[in-house]
Amino acid sequence: MSVLVWIEQNQNGVVPNSFEVLGKAREIAAALGTQTVAAVLGDNASAAESVRPYGPDVVLAITGPVLANYRLSAYTAALRKAVEAVGATVVLTAATVRGREVAAMLASQLDAGYAPDAIDLRVENGRLVAVRSVYSNNILADVTFNSPVQVVSVRPRSFPMPEPGAPGGEVRTLDPGLSENDVKEKVLEVKSTDTGEISLTDASIIVSGGRGVAQDPAKGFALVAELASVLGAAVGASRAAVDAGYIPYKHQVGQTGKTVKPDLYIAAGISGAIQHLAGMGGSKVIVAINKDPEAPIFEKANYGIVGDLFQVLPALTAEFKKRLGK
Amino acid sequence: MKVVVLVKQTPDTAELPKVSAEDVRSGKIKATMVINPWDEFAVEEAILLGDRYDVESVAISMGSPDAVDALKHALAMGVGGAALIDSSALSGGDLWTTAAALAAAVKAQGADLVLTGKQSVDDNSGAVYAGVAAQLGWPMVSAVTKIVDISNGQITVERMVEGAQETISVPLPAVISVGKEINEPRYPSFMGIRKASKAVIPSTPAAELGIASGSGKTQWTNIRKPEERKTKCVIIEGATVEEKAAKLVDALLAEKVI
Ligand SMILES: Cc1cc2nc3c(=O)[nH]c(=O)nc-3n(C[C@H](O)[C@H](O)[C@H](O)COP(=O)(O)OP(=O)(O)OC[C@H]3O[C@@H](n4cnc5c(N)ncnc54)[C@H](O)[C@@H]3O)c2cc1C
Ligand SMILES: Cc1cc2nc3c(=O)[nH]c(=O)nc-3n(C[C@H](O)[C@H](O)[C@H](O)COP(=O)(O)OP(=O)(O)OC[C@H]3O[C@@H](n4cnc5c(N)ncnc54)[C@H](O)[C@@H]3O)c2cc1C
Repeated sequence: MSVLVWIEQNQNGVVPNSFEVLGKAREIAAALGTQTVAAVLGDNASAAESVRPYGPDVVLAITGPVLANYRLSAYTAALRKAVEAVGATVVLTAATVRGREVAAMLASQLDAGYAPDAIDLRVENGRLVAVRSVYSNNILADVTFNSPVQVVSVRPRSFPMPEPGAPGGEVRTLDPGLSENDVKEKVLEVKSTDTGEISLTDASIIVSGGRGVAQDPAKGFALVAELASVLGAAVGASRAAVDAGYIPYKHQVGQTGKTVKPDLYIAAGISGAIQHLAGMGGSKVIVAINKDPEAPIFEKANYGIVGDLFQVLPALTAEFKKRLGK
Repeated sequence: MKVVVLVKQTPDTAELPKVSAEDVRSGKIKATMVINPWDEFAVEEAILLGDRYDVESVAISMGSPDAVDALKHALAMGVGGAALIDSSALSGGDLWTTAAALAAAVKAQGADLVLTGKQSVDDNSGAVYAGVAAQLGWPMVSAVTKIVDISNGQITVERMVEGAQETISVPLPAVISVGKEINEPRYPSFMGIRKASKAVIPSTPAAELGIASGSGKTQWTNIRKPEERKTKCVIIEGATVEEKAAKLVDALLAEKVI
């Protein structure tokens, strides 16, 4: 028995959400009376050392030329090998694009129960229970499993980032036993779209703009970005702002954009439509800046300023600069 | 080339907040039902592929007999045909039950390509397509933002992951889930709606596809509403915008969220 966590890597190294999952995995493993195994996949085992400080009992380095680049079928096959090798009964990934597809594919191939994008995990009567937020965050359900292996992908920021400690755990290696012929996908190109911005799903602070910037969209989003920059925050947007072409889709928060869960969400010129709230209603503190005192966003906000964002945002930026000594 | 588009009927997103736990438990959702918005992108892409290649497109949905409305929407947009898998007699299933039924229907259609949405706006799994691909033993690419080319039995696509855009090629038959960036779904034309309203959509009980009740590997229990966000909004007052800004910063620093 063991709890297996896939440690996802991208061009910048280990995806930090994997460590959030690993931190929780240790708790789950302890409750189940078993070990935590962190699986690191690639053409070499260099990432293994960066995982040891997060305290897994075993770092399983599955290496081979076939695993040099992420490919769904190859990574799924390698993780199946890992499940077998360490007798995993629980498999966890971070619910990123890759983490979700790999978890789904693995679970389906193993005919194992799968809870996608879970927001909490616990052990009850010796069995894993995953909590899912469904109906676009309007319904919660506990997911229980009746399969020998249980697979869960975990929504980013559901668990705190653990503090790294002294490197522990032994590093073991495993040959995935895969050849290039076993892999159907060819990756022809990988282009980085990483502009060094903080991603919405990882951000602890988000400043978002909406259609309220319409009188001068470029300036409006520049003001949003300036406040974000002072706060080390990510930039978000409503769909109306995205549809109007003020800002690219990857910034969209909501039903058909990203679900976010920052400590602080500042919404400027956003009315607070249901589909927007579906994506950010879980934020700890919400601030609304809107010139209409009747805007529905104020019903969900903790703090509000009724006013013109073109005046309020620069004033806030200046004040934060002063207080934070920037 | 035969393209199957998978569409689910889901509640209108504007009505999701009023869906009750009892609605979900009983499966009788009291809301206006529409085609899952994410699936409109898959339908649109199937139609657009028809402009580029020799394509026969069919929309398939599993659900109650009411789900024909989602299929009619797809027909009205312009897909060539539609078929329903009637799941009314099915209980105790899960994601993989749905996937198995859809995979069986895809096989029966003799499809070369399956297009799906990113996820449903009700059950939010973003996983059924992986199950369909696994059942069929076909390759799968998710979060596709562009179909670059289909030739020589290969499909080449671009897709987005966090921080990167990948160009991937896989052999057909294959399963592709699409993202919002891929196209702009059209509104059904008046003629399309008229044609779709007259269409007779064949319906097959899930049991006929070999799908049994009680095959689920997971169960939903303790279905409930999340705690209401009980906030009383503090409106920051002040003589000047600078004063308001200073007060708000005070409050946020006290909240320890900066
Ligand atoms: C299927 C579906 C999916 C959707 N998905 C999403 C989604 O993912 N995300 C999303 O956001 N929306 C989504 N929507 C759209 C949603 O319903 C709203 O249309 C959208 O959120 C509105 O954006 P907004 O608040 O920026 O614009 P508006 O509703 O137009 O609000 C603009 C606000 O700005 C205020 N304002 C104007 N000028 C100023 C100023 N100078 N200073 C301060 N305030 C000002 C106004 O008072 C108003 O409250 C979806 C809709 C559907 C049907
Ligand atoms: C009361 C209740 C109990 C439930 N219990 C469980 C449970 O115990 N375990 C469990 O795993 N699930 C359970 N479900 C969820 C149910 O099994 C899912 O609705 C189903 O598996 C599809 O998942 P999804 O809608 O999240 O699809 P997603 O994976 O989000 O859908 C992705 C894409 O697949 C396609 N697709 C999905 N569903 C269909 C469909 N029906 N027809 C055509 N295309 C489709 C669409 O293109 C869609 O965009 C329960 C639901 C209810 C209401």
